[in-house]
Amino acid sequence: MADLNAGDPIPELRVTPDKYLPHRYAGASGDFNPIHIDPEFAKAVGLPSTILHGLYMMGLVARAATDVGGGDPKALKRLSVQFRGMGAPETEIVVSGTVRSVEGERAVIDTVAAQGDNQTIRNAEAEVEI
Amino acid sequence: MSLKTDAIGKEWPATTYEVGKEKIREYATVVGLDNPVYLDREAAKAAGYRDVVAPPMFAVVYSSPAMAPAMFDSEVGMNFAAMVHGGQEFEWGEPACSGDEITTTAKCVDISEKDGKGFYIFETSSVNQNGDRVARGTWTLIVRGV
Repeated sequence: MADLNAGDPIPELRVTPDKYLPHRYAGASGDFNPIHIDPEFAKAVGLPSTILHGLYMMGLVARAATDVGGGDPKALKRLSVQFRGMGAPETEIVVSGTVRSVEGERAVIDTVAAQGDNQTIRNAEAEVEI
Repeated sequence: MSLKTDAIGKEWPATTYEVGKEKIREYATVVGLDNPVYLDREAAKAAGYRDVVAPPMFAVVYSSPAMAPAMFDSEVGMNFAAMVHGGQEFEWGEPACSGDEITTTAKCVDISEKDGKGFYIFETSSVNQNGDRVARGTWTLIVRGV
């Protein structure tokens, strides 16, 4: 991990959540908002269908950032994100990022999560111990 | 400026959550985390943890119960039909491990209006049974058409 420098890209994380992922995430997190698990409800409130939990996608960003620190959960010190586009199940999510700065053992990483051109998480800033 | 801001500074009663080994496994599996420190007691201990350790974003699981009464408080008065989760931040301290009892308090730190939208900002503070800070969360909820 010693060779991390400002401007370096971080390894991309690619995940395609299956149709039932929002159900499992609802169970794991306790967030059973029907917009995530009930297509009829989601359509009734004007969505194309069920959407992914924003905090699930933030979980993927945390996973990618933790991996930069070697995978030990203690490495991730802070993570701040903005939720923008809605995420859809059965579509590949790509988490990518760039090292903004490295000072001593702390790196700040700018991260984005996207499905194609749709950036679902923007301005994500992770502070990782390296 | 019809936005109600009376709830700024309000705090809600603390909630307590006991972290469990199988709940950590369930969360880690859904997010695709396969580091054995999340799944295997011996591996976690070998890595210096007291027991299997919760992934950082497990903070959602133990701190959300404290947010529920804040979000549904009529003094805050959010219109849920027009609400989206705009942003989230966590800052982590002591790791949360299986068996830990985590107490979280929620506070409304700001309510403001910009471009016809209401920005509701809450902070959660989570401490373990020893009084050590485990996580601090900042939750930004945005309500359109206020």
